[in-house]
Amino acid sequence: MTIQEQKAVVVEKQRVVVDGVDISGHWNRMFEQRTIFEYTPEQIEAIASIAGAESFAYCYQCAKCVPVCPVDVVGNYGPRKLYRYAQTGVNLMESPELWLCTTCANCLRVCPKEVNMVEIMPAVREQAILQGKFVPPELQQAFENTAKTGNPLGQPQRKRDAWIAKADVPVPIIKDLGRPVEVLWYVGSYPSYHPRGVDAACAAARIFTALGIDFAILGKEEKDDADSQRLAGEKGLFEMLAEYNIATFNKYEWKEMVVTGPHELNAFKNIYPRYGFNRPVVHYTTFLVRYLDQLKPLLKHPVRKRVTYHDPCYLGRHNGEYEAPRLLLQAIPGLELVEMGRNRQNGYCCGGGGGGMWMDSFTAKHTRMRLSEKRAMEAASTGAEVLAVACPFEVSRFEDAMKSTGNEHVGVLDILELLDRSMRGEEAAEHPQPS
Amino acid sequence: MNIVVVLKHIPSVADELPVRGNQVDFDSVDFVLNEWDEQSLEQAALIKEALGGTVTAIGVDVIGELDNLLHLALAKGADRAVKIAADDAGADSHRQAKWLSEAIRPMAPDLVLVGVQASNDIDGQLGPLLAAYLDLPYIGVVSSIEVQDGTALMNKEFAGGFGARYSVRLPFVAGVQVAPKPPRYAPVSKIRQIAQTAKIEVLEPSGEADSGLVFRKVAPPVVSGHAEMIEGSPKEIAARLVALLKERGLA
Ligand code: SF4
Ligand code: SF4
Repeated sequence: MTIQEQKAVVVEKQRVVVDGVDISGHWNRMFEQRTIFEYTPEQIEAIASIAGAESFAYCYQCAKCVPVCPVDVVGNYGPRKLYRYAQTGVNLMESPELWLCTTCANCLRVCPKEVNMVEIMPAVREQAILQGKFVPPELQQAFENTAKTGNPLGQPQRKRDAWIAKADVPVPIIKDLGRPVEVLWYVGSYPSYHPRGVDAACAAARIFTALGIDFAILGKEEKDDADSQRLAGEKGLFEMLAEYNIATFNKYEWKEMVVTGPHELNAFKNIYPRYGFNRPVVHYTTFLVRYLDQLKPLLKHPVRKRVTYHDPCYLGRHNGEYEAPRLLLQAIPGLELVEMGRNRQNGYCCGGGGGGMWMDSFTAKHTRMRLSEKRAMEAASTGAEVLAVACPFEVSRFEDAMKSTGNEHVGVLDILELLDRSMRGEEAAEHPQPS
Repeated sequence: MNIVVVLKHIPSVADELPVRGNQVDFDSVDFVLNEWDEQSLEQAALIKEALGGTVTAIGVDVIGELDNLLHLALAKGADRAVKIAADDAGADSHRQAKWLSEAIRPMAPDLVLVGVQASNDIDGQLGPLLAAYLDLPYIGVVSSIEVQDGTALMNKEFAGGFGARYSVRLPFVAGVQVAPKPPRYAPVSKIRQIAQTAKIEVLEPSGEADSGLVFRKVAPPVVSGHAEMIEGSPKEIAARLVALLKERGLA
């Protein structure tokens, strides 16, 4: 059986007379009969029989999830629709729909039945991968890179700490330091290698230094957290790196770990405990907001910009941090914070989660526009000059999206970069001295 | 079809090679699968998919970690995994070829595939040596092998952008340059599953061979001569360039 895309046909009688009274009019409108009960439970049962994907079968088709699904806004998606496709005989495991969900968790927030795509998607994708079904080639490349080089960008491990030469401040490597530190800063793959990510990493190093924080990084020993690879279905790859990372983290004495990225936060705080890692981990926004009183006097230069903030799904909905990023932005003199319509709990996904980061070309074939483009347009419509972000996936995604939607006038900056600009002055930050 | 694929575990050249004494410091370097072996493995899997048969992955276990590569090969479609437990990180192509030949001969393969070269075997000796020991024909730098009725058709590359199409009767040894498709991805989930249950046959190295080469001195290349960065306005730079070209007799 195939999906039956039957449109409802409207029937409206021209003239209706009942008991001698003429009741012609649009209120007599009716819909022609169509098949809605013809379905098979087989595909739903097949999905729900996969460990982790049981809740797929809980759906009772209330449709609350559809309008909040970011993919539906630019396409035709949402848990309810996936359930309906399965009813009509579509095998999710072989359909492109399997790869479109970003595990943003907005549907879970509203679903009365707790149909949990954040669990369903990785479980079903893993089976599809193991059974040799179609996997978007770009995603496979990211898997392959991660397995071979320890990061999805395929960059050499020995260059992982090359960025510190650009930081203008010393960035200690924990191995060389040879003593316990207060803060182990897990930098992350994009801040270590991606040029725009490096900008944020350098800004963070300067902020930590200015605050007098006793921190160190893992340097060449740091490897990707692989959480997005897990959500994209490569659990084995995730476990391989989790084992390595946990052993590396535990080699050293430190009190708290600070991560640059929300995906790393999710991995280390919520998932690594299943593998025996239970040490304190915070996102940099949560960490820095504790230092607000010390930070404020350092923010000497006004940043006179209208700024809007994008809530990363894995910082907000997945980990409940909405206020720290806003408090940091509001601490910057001259900065005017404006909100987008979809913010906080209802923040709109940038499309990078759940492996979406590495499936842009694939996703583009199945949606009207990129999620990042939709969000970039929303940011621009607030009149903001800067879109502030707090996830290393987002800077490059949104910069591209601003260009492709004709909104180049809106800059995209990590909160770290904005704080750094306020600390050092726009000029110094925009034209760094060659080191 | 009985296909044997040779896997080489080699020092990674993604990092600078550390040198200790007259050898690479094998203890402080990562070992990886030779990238050309990924091509021959893919080629083997494709032939098996087309014709049926078995693929045996075999390699010399130079540092005691070959199991990882063999699990990868099994995840990519190999049926059987064999390692020659040598524990000799410096084993050269002569010795490896001898040991491999002793292990492969009893398998009576129809086709033996090796990567055409490796970063520690740039001149691609392993294949021809192995063929000589097995007393089989060798053809190297080949791609797109197709087997039909006891004969294999393939492309062979020559220098200068020339190529030829060869037809070779089985059995023989081929040095694979590239498979017709990019090597498939083996999910780590699958490799880890396989690692739980896979049986790896272990053989002792048998036979003696020697390249006759003695290492006098091994040293990383010395960096000499620095690039001159020409600075100044476009005019000044142009003038300096012209002067340089004249100076060197190039203009
Ligand atoms: S909100 Fe939940 S129950 Fe309602 S349609 Fe969506 S998945 Fe089904
Ligand atoms: S997790 Fe997000 S992208 Fe996936 S179905 Fe739910 S709302 Fe849509």
